[in-house]
Amino acid sequence: MHSTTLLLILLALVALAYHIGRKRAVATAGGAGRINTLHSLPAYYGFYAALWAAVPALLLLMLWSGIQDSVVTALVKSQLPTETVEGLSQGQLSLLLSDVKNLAQGNMLSGEATPEIQAAAAHYTRLKQLANYALWLLVLGVALGGMALALRQTKPEMRARNRVESIVLGIMIVFSSIAILTTLGIVLSVLFESLLFFQKISALEFFFGTQWSPQTAMRADQVAAEGSFGAVPLFTGTLLVSAIAMLVAVPIGLMSAIYLSEYAPRHVRSWAKPVLEVLAGIPTVVYGFFAALTVAPAIRGWGEALGLAVASESALAAGLVMGIMIIPFVSSLSDDVINAVPQAMRDGSYALGATQSETVRRVIIPAALPGIVGGILLAVSRAIGETMIVVMAAGLTANLTANPLDSVTTVTVQIVTLLTGDQEFDSAKTLAAFALGLTLFLVTLTLNVIALHIVRKYREQYE
Amino acid sequence: MSSPSIVSNGGASGSAQAPRRTIDVVNASLKRRHAQERRFRFLGAIAVLLGLLFVAILFIDIVVKGHTAFRQTYIHVPVDFDAVTLDPTGERDPQTLANADYAGLIKASMRKLFPDITDRRELRELYALVSVGAAQELQRMVLAHPSVVGTTRDIWVLAGADVDMLMKGHIDRDLPESDRRIKDSSLALLDRMIADGRIEKRLNWGFLTNGTSREPEMAGIAGALMGSFYTLTLTLLFSFPIGVGAALYLEEFAAKNRWTDLIEVNINNLAAVPSIVFGLLGLAVFINVFGVPRSTPLVGALVLTLMTLPTIIIASRAALKSVPPSIREAALGVGASPLQTQFHHVLPLAMPGMMTGTIIGMAQALGETAPLLMIGMIAFIVDVPSGFTDAATVLPVQIFLWADSPERGFVERTSAAIMVLLGFLILMNLVAIILRRRFERRW
Repeated sequence: MHSTTLLLILLALVALAYHIGRKRAVATAGGAGRINTLHSLPAYYGFYAALWAAVPALLLLMLWSGIQDSVVTALVKSQLPTETVEGLSQGQLSLLLSDVKNLAQGNMLSGEATPEIQAAAAHYTRLKQLANYALWLLVLGVALGGMALALRQTKPEMRARNRVESIVLGIMIVFSSIAILTTLGIVLSVLFESLLFFQKISALEFFFGTQWSPQTAMRADQVAAEGSFGAVPLFTGTLLVSAIAMLVAVPIGLMSAIYLSEYAPRHVRSWAKPVLEVLAGIPTVVYGFFAALTVAPAIRGWGEALGLAVASESALAAGLVMGIMIIPFVSSLSDDVINAVPQAMRDGSYALGATQSETVRRVIIPAALPGIVGGILLAVSRAIGETMIVVMAAGLTANLTANPLDSVTTVTVQIVTLLTGDQEFDSAKTLAAFALGLTLFLVTLTLNVIALHIVRKYREQYE
Repeated sequence: MSSPSIVSNGGASGSAQAPRRTIDVVNASLKRRHAQERRFRFLGAIAVLLGLLFVAILFIDIVVKGHTAFRQTYIHVPVDFDAVTLDPTGERDPQTLANADYAGLIKASMRKLFPDITDRRELRELYALVSVGAAQELQRMVLAHPSVVGTTRDIWVLAGADVDMLMKGHIDRDLPESDRRIKDSSLALLDRMIADGRIEKRLNWGFLTNGTSREPEMAGIAGALMGSFYTLTLTLLFSFPIGVGAALYLEEFAAKNRWTDLIEVNINNLAAVPSIVFGLLGLAVFINVFGVPRSTPLVGALVLTLMTLPTIIIASRAALKSVPPSIREAALGVGASPLQTQFHHVLPLAMPGMMTGTIIGMAQALGETAPLLMIGMIAFIVDVPSGFTDAATVLPVQIFLWADSPERGFVERTSAAIMVLLGFLILMNLVAIILRRRFERRW
């Protein structure tokens, strides 16, 4: 019994509720000829019944799906024989539980299927089935109950339209709060895990240490190097790649924006601008592929021809391609602000005898500077947070270097490598990813807030 | 850059010589200034050309690398579906047929093609010319048509990845043998088969119908395409109503107060938060707190919904803003309630703009990779997913995985997958542009 089926049945019920509610309203009014005695149009009585059938049932469904797994897991855990559980660490316990689940789903196990695990798996399957039945009964029951409740209230004098409208308005308010919930979710989740991380590793070491090798032992009895979590090489690596990207993107983006808005004939502008913006729509994974398989070997080849030692995953390749990606970002933002400079300022400059380039350099750019700076800050935040290009084209080794031909690693690369494949959740290694994520979020947030503030201030100036 | 100021010293410095007129100073500087003007203009043109050049190089590079993947090398082999080896019981039981030794069948057929080869090592090289997928192909054939058992058929079977690369010219015949993936003896065999017309490049439907595979010649994008389809469908179902509802409320109903200001600032900031952070959110909240199954289109869609919402909300608000107030006033004037005004009159007029924004948001979601890596959509999944809660991967993640594979054959597959992805993106953007052109009204 799939949950998609349940949803479809629920949908059918909702449609039925609408239909009955409408019919019933007409009936209580005394036939189709007398619907003018109803407070609202008959459809609103239908909507009212449909909303009552849908909303509580959907809320229940969401809540149930959200907690079912953890409740069932907790129940299975409490049922495990004490001698199996005794003396197990947190990690071993979660490994055991995931074995139970894997056995229940017929997947591969990490070890042998002992009788205890088999019993627990059977228990798990039974509980899950039970939960599933309960879910179906409850959801359909609540839907029918809601529908009945709404239908009972259906009388000609019920203010159905007003009630429907206030429910709809309420739903819209909830929808618009999702943006806040998302931000809150990001901050809380990242912050919570980061705090756990900083209990294990001091913040001082994380922010100022220069050694990054996050290979810690997974289990206490395992032999492995003690990990060190000094993130400075990651920060410098990120800055190096972003700086190269900005060196490519800012001159090209800014100059092409100036050329397209001040010099180019109308027909050139009309096709060149969209073509440049194609660069913004290309998925980053495509840039990553381009950087790793075309640009990096080319740079390596040129470097060797010049007698330079170039790492096969050089910061230069990743930075160059990232710069290409950001060109349209810089150029369209600069284009906006350049176009916002009032024509009167250009006319004034020409009237004094300035050439076009003098007007651009001495009048337009200074006037548009705050907007351009804001746009560049946004682009920087883009570059810092960019993931796929660096994951595919930059290296994994944390070198503390400023040489663009060397291999460096970045914050985003490390987040991806620390979190993919590793399902263990409480090791310092995975938690470190969240600490890096928190740093990334805070830095980009600060840049964005400053940039948006500058851009808004600038727009107000000329409006 | 700083040329002397144009007017300051005009006519003032006339003690020694005859007073210079301003016009002379200006004329003297004109040549230099005009050269500067030309230089500046030239730099601008160079910048635009560089940008256009990058677009061209990117597309040409991908197409040059990827177009060969749409054709695949096949070997023409007469296969003797020997009834005794395939179905010793003679009952045509599907179970027996499914478990028969098809790899052996292929090997026997290849031996028959070259009866003169007996050396163990050479035989192994001979077998390696055919893909391991060929055996599966034969199995599928027999299971679909049990009547072929006992007959001999001429079949085009999939060639191995190295043969394919050689036929497409990615392996250089002139290299010394030790540096080459295909040895001289295999090359001789291949040349004999080419002379017999037994090797051919044919249209590669497998690329569109197969799931992924460790063998480049068998790998296809069907699984990733279906994964993307399920994920995007859910994303659309979640994000469109939420985005439009939120935009409607914020633009038309919300009072201007601290709370709505906060929401506005939030939406603008979320639009610029790095996508990988959304992946962290999905991992910590959806998977670890709410227990949404890992690697599924469902959890992918939840994360992508949160990511695309700002885009949709911002575009929808712009669309609502462009509907003139007179429409609202007229509706209110004839007695419509505020919600009726919105749903019956304003929303239909704003719909093209909202759909354009939604399509652009969906295009973003289709190309997104980083957050999906965090929530486990990176797993190696051969089966084509058949539901919203099956483990799945999506097209961009598939591209990422293939790009990481060391085999030469995956380079063309990756580029071809990129071509498919870009094709879909171009299509979506075209639809958005057409929608805007056809339905957008200027008031």
